[in-house]
Amino acid sequence: MRNFLTLTASTLAMAIAVTAVEIPGAVAQDKQLTIVSWGGAYQESQRKAYYEPYAAATGVKITEEEYDGELGKVKAMKDAGNVTWDVMDVDTAHALAGCDEGLLEKLDYGKIADRAKFLPNTALDCAVGSIAYSTIFAYSADFYKENPPTTIKDLFDTAKYPGKRALLKKPFGNLEWALVADGVPIDKVYEVLGTEEGVEQAFKKLDTIKGDIVWWEAGAQPPELLANGEVVMTSAWNGRIGNAIKEGKNFKIVWDHQEFDWDLWAIPAGTKNLDLAYDFIKFASDPKNMSQQSKYIAYAPTHVDAIALVDPAIAPTLPTFPDNMKTAISTDWTFWADNNEELTKRFNAWLAQ
Amino acid sequence: MALAETANFMTIDGVPLKKRLAQAERSRKLKAVGLVAPLFLFVVLTFLYPLAVMALKSVTNEETSGRLTRTGAALAGWDGQGIPDETGFAALAEDLKAAQEKREAGEIAKRINSEFSGAMSKFKGITRKVEAMETGPYKELFLSTDKVWSDPALWRVIKSVSSHYTPYYWLAALDLKQGQAGIERVPADQAVFIDVYTRTFWIAGVVTLFTLLLGFPVAHLLATQPARRANMLMILVMLPFWTSLLVRTTAWFVLLRTEGPLNDLAELLVDHRFEMIFTRFGTIVAMTHIQLPFTLLPIYSVMKTIPPSHVRAARSLGAGPFMAFWRVYFPQTVPGIAAGCLLTFILCLGYYITPALVGGPRDQMVSYYVAYYMNNIINFGQAAALGGVLLIITMVLYWLYNRLVGIDKMKLG
Repeated sequence: MRNFLTLTASTLAMAIAVTAVEIPGAVAQDKQLTIVSWGGAYQESQRKAYYEPYAAATGVKITEEEYDGELGKVKAMKDAGNVTWDVMDVDTAHALAGCDEGLLEKLDYGKIADRAKFLPNTALDCAVGSIAYSTIFAYSADFYKENPPTTIKDLFDTAKYPGKRALLKKPFGNLEWALVADGVPIDKVYEVLGTEEGVEQAFKKLDTIKGDIVWWEAGAQPPELLANGEVVMTSAWNGRIGNAIKEGKNFKIVWDHQEFDWDLWAIPAGTKNLDLAYDFIKFASDPKNMSQQSKYIAYAPTHVDAIALVDPAIAPTLPTFPDNMKTAISTDWTFWADNNEELTKRFNAWLAQ
Repeated sequence: MALAETANFMTIDGVPLKKRLAQAERSRKLKAVGLVAPLFLFVVLTFLYPLAVMALKSVTNEETSGRLTRTGAALAGWDGQGIPDETGFAALAEDLKAAQEKREAGEIAKRINSEFSGAMSKFKGITRKVEAMETGPYKELFLSTDKVWSDPALWRVIKSVSSHYTPYYWLAALDLKQGQAGIERVPADQAVFIDVYTRTFWIAGVVTLFTLLLGFPVAHLLATQPARRANMLMILVMLPFWTSLLVRTTAWFVLLRTEGPLNDLAELLVDHRFEMIFTRFGTIVAMTHIQLPFTLLPIYSVMKTIPPSHVRAARSLGAGPFMAFWRVYFPQTVPGIAAGCLLTFILCLGYYITPALVGGPRDQMVSYYVAYYMNNIINFGQAAALGGVLLIITMVLYWLYNRLVGIDKMKLG
């Protein structure tokens, strides 16, 4: 035992000595950029549209990381004084929360592009829009051959449409759908959800399918669950399903009451590569570069000049296509900033029941 | 005379022996300290220090302490009934202005929003308004902006978060809250943590029991086989042990799927597909598999030290096979069982990735919620309190265990 302790102690001492020698080398990183995004088919589309061309043009080495919106990691890095992420892909909720809590840099649009050229709600104080995506639901067309689901009501109707369905493991988005499926008009959703009875109504509606729900947390999961037959219907981000269809999967997207949102570029506060981060975002916001991403995933650009460059043939697969937008729900971000923590607590309690 | 002579013994180079002895002793001690110091420092830096930091986070109002000093002072005399007077409003306005300049107003709003849902937007709204004003009066402005500012409950929260320490997170971790009359339970539709703790200990207990039931006979087999065969069997036990936890969990994910190989077999045999993935059953199976070597190995190494002659002696003295096992063999394995079970139980309490991948929403353990509050809600205080409660319960259980079994009787080998 004593020998073992001595060995451990000396090994540790050696390990510490080795790290101490290596640290200076690690800090002197030349032209490196760490970009964090949501993984799967989405990150792949960014790799082809931005990371590879940018690396080729500038010689900057890009390191990719994945996350599922865990802004807490930025806070932990900031508190520790060692922010290792340089550019982040965030959705609107995270862009606003990160800005409020001082986790994201306030952007200087002079270093990016003309702020007025971006669609409304996509040029935020701490984040600039890159694409429009949507939370939709999709089903396996092999399973529902005749009379397939067409509305959000069908997602909640296990009598007519039996089988497991997967939903995002957050109250966000699901409560809205539950109310709409229960007959609440779109423009009244947040008014109703703001009341105690409304929240109860939403959870009661979710209760009706609770036993048939599989919960997903990462964007790459829904197409996988659908492909391996674990579920026959799932909520998902439309591009993920779109790419699975391109790869030959027999899935169908239902656009009814799609929940529309943006993905945006942001810079974590305290990054060591601020100038390079701006340079990358400038590159990615250039209309010509931005229009490339739609080739690799069915998401629509946010820069007005980029929209014009998108191939009209893929327009119907984009969330911004007029037919797809007919019943779209536009999320009330203020409502969620106010109520997310409490509703999440209730959601977790409800899950555990 | 003899004593004096001893004291005057000299070494060959003329130094008194006593002195030389003390020197040798000192350098031995220094060497020992020097060898232990790296590990000691490592433990302090990577375990005790972070533990202390997180413990502190769980009882402090990090987001608001020091940022609401004017408000705290102005509300010190307020009795918690009705609306504070102009000084209270003015103090909050000044605090918010100062915080907004340093980009800290959002954190204040978020902290208050944890306890008073909906406060986030109200704070943002009022901060924008007071920013535009040089001086007061503010009360009128607050009240005309939103009726929430005339709610004494909101002001009670503001007053409570302006102090440096808070019991809020620890109470919340136990499904309790500070009511007006004292500590009370949170509404049933928000109570989740007691349930999670019960579940965590229950799963850990069941997994420990299963690893013992499965591991004990195997350990016995390993300990009694001839060396060559025992080594072969040992490799079968150790192989999964050397494989990464994540890989084994993912393997179970594939095995347990509804369309997976186990269900393919089940369909062939009984024409039915069972629900195994995202269930408690799946979680316990996967965890038992991963923990099995941890329980088995200490038992095995203790069994190796039991001479076979003991059981033979018992048998030759007239004990039946069961009696010989139960009265002679088994009691000697108890130190190994105690060590293996304790190891597995405590490791199980901290499981995160396996229940997250293989379990359903009702199988998530405490660490899932710790991660959730850290990563997604960005409420480090709550995460710290949840971990703190787990640590304390575990330590109490360890103490109980020590009283019942005796740690000094435990053997890891």
